[in-house]
Amino acid sequence: MNHFLQVLFDGLLNGLVYALVAAGLSMIWGVMDVINFAHGEFLMVGMYVSYWIGFFLDVDPLFSWIASGAFLFIMGAATYRLIIRNSLGKSAMAPLLATFGLSMVLKNFCMNRFTPNFRLLSGTVLEGKTISVGGAILSVPQLATAAFALVLLACLYWMLKRTRLGWAIQATAMDSEAAELMGIRTENIYLLVFGIGGACVGITGGLMTSYLAVYPEVGSLFSLIAFVVVALGGFGSIPGALLAAIIIGLVESFTGFYVAAVVKYAAVFAVYLAVILIRPKGLFGW
Amino acid sequence: MAAMLEVKDIHCGYDGTPVIRGLSLEVNRGEIVAIIGANGAGKSTTMRAICGLLHPERGQILLEGEDISRSPASANIRKGLSYIPEGRRLFPKLTVRENLELGAFTVVDRKVIDERLEEMFALFPRLKDRSTQTAETLSGGEQQMCAIARGLMSAPKLIMLDELSLGLMPSLVEKVFETVVLINRKGITVLLVEQMVQEALEIANRGYVLQTGRVVHSGSARELLDSDEVRKAYMGM
Ligand SMILES: Nc1ncnc2c1ncn2[C@@H]1O[C@H](COP(=O)(O)OP(=O)(O)O)[C@@H](O)[C@H]1O
Ligand SMILES: [Mg+2]
Repeated sequence: MNHFLQVLFDGLLNGLVYALVAAGLSMIWGVMDVINFAHGEFLMVGMYVSYWIGFFLDVDPLFSWIASGAFLFIMGAATYRLIIRNSLGKSAMAPLLATFGLSMVLKNFCMNRFTPNFRLLSGTVLEGKTISVGGAILSVPQLATAAFALVLLACLYWMLKRTRLGWAIQATAMDSEAAELMGIRTENIYLLVFGIGGACVGITGGLMTSYLAVYPEVGSLFSLIAFVVVALGGFGSIPGALLAAIIIGLVESFTGFYVAAVVKYAAVFAVYLAVILIRPKGLFGW
Repeated sequence: MAAMLEVKDIHCGYDGTPVIRGLSLEVNRGEIVAIIGANGAGKSTTMRAICGLLHPERGQILLEGEDISRSPASANIRKGLSYIPEGRRLFPKLTVRENLELGAFTVVDRKVIDERLEEMFALFPRLKDRSTQTAETLSGGEQQMCAIARGLMSAPKLIMLDELSLGLMPSLVEKVFETVVLINRKGITVLLVEQMVQEALEIANRGYVLQTGRVVHSGSARELLDSDEVRKAYMGM
């Protein structure tokens, strides 16, 4: 029984983090029909930003997420300006390959500069703290990250649904030409959406350094899971991403524990395939 | 005083295929001007060039004397030019109210936006009842009202209407044309494109007849209505 609760909580907490990582990817797809293949590497960069700030300036991840979020916002916006905008309207493969190239550059840059070593911040405020819920032991840093992810997702959703800026983003996604006719400068919307997509992983990555080691390959698994979450939840849907991410988190933790750790990702992709065969547009597809 | 809109010898097209070849027209303050012509004559392309969705390769477009031929649509709406595109192009998943709010995206003052919303709901009471429904759930007539209201939310000086009557029942068509007259009485200059030639010319002051990207006839609405050529070609008489 205790095992069950433990596995359930682990899955939920991981799922919430996946949700925020996937939300950025999903929003970019929803607005621009572009898949950012460097999304996982953005997460990795966010982790390094937070790690080095913690290492050199002794700032705790509880605060440095602001810096990593801002850094990745700028990096996302710059990626749009310098790479995506020049590859749009050519072939559908162009932005895909361009961001794939960017992911390689980022990964190898970090490999070269920071070595492939795993780096974990020590002496953080929440380090080693746990709380016990009904017999399950939860890591406080992970809990904090998951709670943060949930709050940010709620803010993002509120912004999209309830503010004029959010309507403008949705309008641009539905019909960019009609949006221009309303006076919406769609170029700025694209820039902003890429910035927000970057900030989502920048913030997540920043917080994760309090419990997860950073290394140049750390983004790969997350980006794979984020793609599955986005496709499963329905491209462009934030509630869809949240639901799908929690499903994926739970499938991963339950099969990992009750079947075998080696099959957990096989199970994740199997669930994904099964759902996609029944609902090709995902659970909340537009 | 400069005319509201002057289009001087514009040429434009898509990907090098010329569609508009040397078109000129003029709209004076307070007028209703109709552009008529067969399907594919280039009416929508002309409208797109004027509003800034498309830039002419040659020629000039002046709005109250200011050259806007290179300025984008999102800037032109700030100068008082509103275009209601063919096919309405509402944002289908947004509510009626959200669509209208976006029509006033360039307005900063919340009070002004609320006043205009009230004005639109007074003009189209149906929209008020439907304000929390998504645009895609409206009937064709309601969608057209919503599109007109959205186009008016920026309080334009010049409004351009592209085939408002398309796909509407005859009883609604009449209502739409009445609305256009009403809008014009409020002091808004109107440039409209229509396939319902008779009805359009009946409310217009002047008209231009387009054929393969050129103006082939122009004159007062009365002259065009009386012209045998126009009657034969566009009204089937
Ligand atoms: N987006 C487009 N790309 C290429 N050609 C177009 C496009 N839109 C219209 N055209 C062509 O331009 C010509 C004029 O079209 P249009 O301006 O829509 O005519 P109208 O509104 O008078 O029916 C047509 O021959 C049409 O095929
Ligand atoms: Mg047309």
